[in-house]
Amino acid sequence: MSLPEPTRFTVNGTAHSVPAEPDTPLLYVLRNDLDLKGAKFGCGLGQCGACTVLLDGHAVNACDTPLWAVAGKQVTTVEGLAAGGTMSRLQQAFLDEQAVQCGYCISGMLMSATALLERTPDPTLDQIKEAMDRNLCRCGTQARILRAIQRAAGQGASA
Amino acid sequence: MSAAIKVPPMLSANPRLDRWVKFNDDRTATVFTGRVELGQGIITALTQIAAEELDLTFEQVRIVDADTELTPDEGHTSGSRSISEGGSAMRSACAEVRAVLLAEAARRLDIPADRLVVEEGRITGADRIRETTYWNLPHAELLDRAATGQVPPKPVARYTVVGRSARRLDIPDKLTGRPRFVADMKLPGMLHGRVARPPSFGAKLVSIDEAAIRAMPGVVAVVRDGDFLGVVAEREEQAVKARKAMIAGSRWTEQPIPTDAADIYRFIETRDTTDTVIVERRDEAALARAAKTFESRYAKPYVAHASLGPSCALATFDPGRIEVWTHSQGVYPLQRELAEVFGLPVPSVVAHHVDGPGCYGHNGADDAALDAVLLARAVPGRPVMLQWMRDDEFAWEPLGPAMVVKTRAAVDAAGNIVDWSLDLWSNGHTQRPGVVVTTEPSVSLLAAWHLEKPVPRIPQGDPAMSGGGGMARNAEVIYALPNQKVVAHRVEELPLRASTLRALGAYANVFAGESFIDELAEACGADPVEYRLRHMQNPRARAVIELAAQKAGWVSNEKSDGTKGRGIAFAQYKNGYGYIAIVAEVVLEPEFRVMRMVAAVDVGLAINPDGILNQTEGGILQALSWTLKEQVQFDRERILSRDWETYPVLTFSEVPKVEVHLIDRRDEEPLGAGETPTGPTAAAVANALAHALGVRVRELPLTRERIIAALERT
Repeated sequence: MSLPEPTRFTVNGTAHSVPAEPDTPLLYVLRNDLDLKGAKFGCGLGQCGACTVLLDGHAVNACDTPLWAVAGKQVTTVEGLAAGGTMSRLQQAFLDEQAVQCGYCISGMLMSATALLERTPDPTLDQIKEAMDRNLCRCGTQARILRAIQRAAGQGASA
Repeated sequence: MSAAIKVPPMLSANPRLDRWVKFNDDRTATVFTGRVELGQGIITALTQIAAEELDLTFEQVRIVDADTELTPDEGHTSGSRSISEGGSAMRSACAEVRAVLLAEAARRLDIPADRLVVEEGRITGADRIRETTYWNLPHAELLDRAATGQVPPKPVARYTVVGRSARRLDIPDKLTGRPRFVADMKLPGMLHGRVARPPSFGAKLVSIDEAAIRAMPGVVAVVRDGDFLGVVAEREEQAVKARKAMIAGSRWTEQPIPTDAADIYRFIETRDTTDTVIVERRDEAALARAAKTFESRYAKPYVAHASLGPSCALATFDPGRIEVWTHSQGVYPLQRELAEVFGLPVPSVVAHHVDGPGCYGHNGADDAALDAVLLARAVPGRPVMLQWMRDDEFAWEPLGPAMVVKTRAAVDAAGNIVDWSLDLWSNGHTQRPGVVVTTEPSVSLLAAWHLEKPVPRIPQGDPAMSGGGGMARNAEVIYALPNQKVVAHRVEELPLRASTLRALGAYANVFAGESFIDELAEACGADPVEYRLRHMQNPRARAVIELAAQKAGWVSNEKSDGTKGRGIAFAQYKNGYGYIAIVAEVVLEPEFRVMRMVAAVDVGLAINPDGILNQTEGGILQALSWTLKEQVQFDRERILSRDWETYPVLTFSEVPKVEVHLIDRRDEEPLGAGETPTGPTAAAVANALAHALGVRVRELPLTRERIIAALERT
C-alpha cells in the first residue's frame, strides 16, 4: 500500500513532512509521528481542551483538527514553550504555584493561557476565566491555575 | 528494655529491608513503595519521609512506585491511607536501614552507634576524623534481612525535611510535556488498539462482519471473544476508525435496566436490603426531654469518576508471559486477576505502574489493562497501546453509587439535640478484588465477564467499618449526642456498575448530616457555628470549626438579604482521620453562584504542607463540581451521559475563590488529606443556599431546576 501524500507544516519552529491521511487528527500526528507527547487525548470531541495547541498563534483542539488544515501552518505545542530548555514565564508561574495535580490537563491549560497572554498581556480575572472555560480539569486545580496565570501576567494573586 | 513497637502492617507484609531501600553508586538511594502516584503528590511526600529517616537530602532519594517486579505489595492506593499506612511502613523501614548500617559503621569506626552523626549519607564521629558513608559499607549484604520493625523513628522535633513544603517531583515533566503517562509510552513495534464495547450493560453480541473490519486500512487484528470486541491497527487513527466501524456494524440484544435516573431513589428505597446497625447509643433520660422532632430526606445521584484522560494501558503478550504498564491503583491485585483470567501462574504476569490521569477511585484503569492484554494476545510479541474512547469511560467505568439518606432528630426545650438517627440506602461501594471472597474464581475486570469463557463478576462489596466503612462512612456523627442510631440499608440489586469514588458514602452522609444539623439550628433560632460548637467536645474538631468561621469572617446570626448566603459544614473523615470545616459563600445574581470557599484543615503532622493545601483545594473544587452539576443520566436501556456535554462538570467561570488554612499538629500522627473535603463541601454550599433563599434543596446536584422547584414548594 502506498503512503499518503505527505503534509508539510511547522511544529515548534521545525519543518515537518508527514505522510498520513489528510483527515488524520493533528493530535495523533503530533503524538505518534513526531513523538511530541505533551498534548493529550481527552475526549476526541473538542470538549475538554487536553489536546490544545497553537495553530498560527490561536488555541485549537488538536483532536478535531485534521492534518490537512495545518498544511503550511505553524503549530506550537507545550514542548515548544521552553525555549532553549528554560521554562517560559507561564510554565515557571505554574511551577511556582504548584498548579498541577495529576497533570493530564496541564499542557492544554498552558497552551490556552499562552494564547490569552499573547493577545491580552494584562487580563482581568474574568477574562482569564473566559479564555480558559473550554479547558476542563477534573482534579480541581483551577484555583491554582488562575493564580499561576495571574502571576505570569505580573499580577498579585487575587483568584 | 522498652515495650515492643507496633510493627506497621505493610512492613510486616513486606519485611525484607532490601525490598524497601537500595543504595546506588552515585550517592543516592532508591526507595521502593507499593503506593502509586495519582496526582495527589504521594511520591513527593514519601521522598520526604525517606530522606528524613535516612538522613539524606530530598534530592538524594529516588522513589520507585508500585511494580510487581520491584516494590512491596501494598494492595491498593486508596482511602487516604498512603501517608498513615504506606508512610509509617516506609518510616519504620528506613529507620531500621539506617540503624543496621550505623551498627556496622560503629564496628568499623570503633565509635558507639549512638555517637555517630549522619549527614547526606556521610557517617562520622564527633571528632569528624573517622568517617565512612552508607555507600562504603556492604549495604546490599547488610540489608539482605527481615525487618524487626523495632527501631524507633526519628523524633519529630529533629525533622528538617518532613513538615516543610516540597515541590512535587513530577511537576516539571508535566509542565514541559515530557512523556510521563502510560499513554505517552512507546515501545518498538508498538501497535494501537481500541475496544468496541456493547451498547449497554447486559447486551449480547448477535453478529459482526469481521471480514469488513479486517479489510480496513492498517488493521492488523480483529479480536472477538464472546461479547468482547476489539481491534489492533498500525496507526492510532486507523484503530479509532475501525472501532467506529465495528460499533456501526455489530448487532446486539440488550437487557433493560430496572430503573432510570428519575426513578433511582424510589428504586433503592424499595428493594430488599441487608440492614446493619452502625451505632446505637441510648439515653432514656435525655430522650424524655424531647420537645420537638424533625425529619428530612436527602439524595445523591450516581456520580462518575470521569477522569480527564480515558483509561489506558500498554501490554505485551508472549506465550506464558504477560507484561502490562498501567495506571491501576493496585498493580499486585491486578497481577493476580490477570493471572486468573489467562490461567497463568501469578509470577508470569508483570505489572508496572506508570502515571495516569487522576482517577479519584476505582475507574476503568484495571479494565483497560485486561483489554490491552486481550488485544496483545492477538499479536504475540508486539506491544499494544490501548486507550478507551471518551464514551467507553462514561458508559463502562464503575460509578459512585446513588444514595438516599433519611434523618430524624429531637431537640429539648433549649434546642439541644437529645435524639438523632440516620438511615441510609445504597449499593455496596466497592467492586475491588479482595473485599468479598468467593469460593469460585471471580474478578473485577470488565472484559473478563464478556469472554466466551467468562470469569464471573466479583460480587459487590462494601468496605468494613473497621477500615472506615463504605456506604456508612461518616454516617455516624461525632457530635456529643446522648442518643444516636445509624442503620445502613444495603441494596443488593445493582442497577449500574458501581465502585469506590473519592470518600465513598461519606460524601452523601456528610451532606445529609451536616445539612440536617443546620436545619435543626435554624429551627431552634441558633447560629450554625454556635450550634455545632454547643454539641461538639472534640478539641480538634472545635478548632477547625472556629478557625474556618474566623477566617471567613463569620458573623453570628447574620440575616441574609435574600441574595447572599453563607453556610458551614464539618467532618472528621472516617471519624478517625483528618478534620475539616468549610464555609461557603454564595450569591443569587440572579443565577446561583458560589463565590468563596474557606476551609480549615487538620491532618495531624503535615508532611508536605503545600501538598495538603493542593489536595484540599482540589477536593473542594471537585466536590463542588459534583454538588453543583454532576449526575449520571440513564434511561431503562443505557447510560446517556457519554461526553462532557451530557455530563457537564465545573468550568473556570464557576470556580470560586478558595482559601485553605492548615492547622499543623506536629505531635499528632500524620493522616491523608485527599478525601476530607468532599462531604463538607456539599453541605456548606447547601447550607449557604438555604441561608440565602430560605429554602432547602436536599437532592444533589443543586441545580437551577431543583432550586426553582424548592422555591415553588414554599
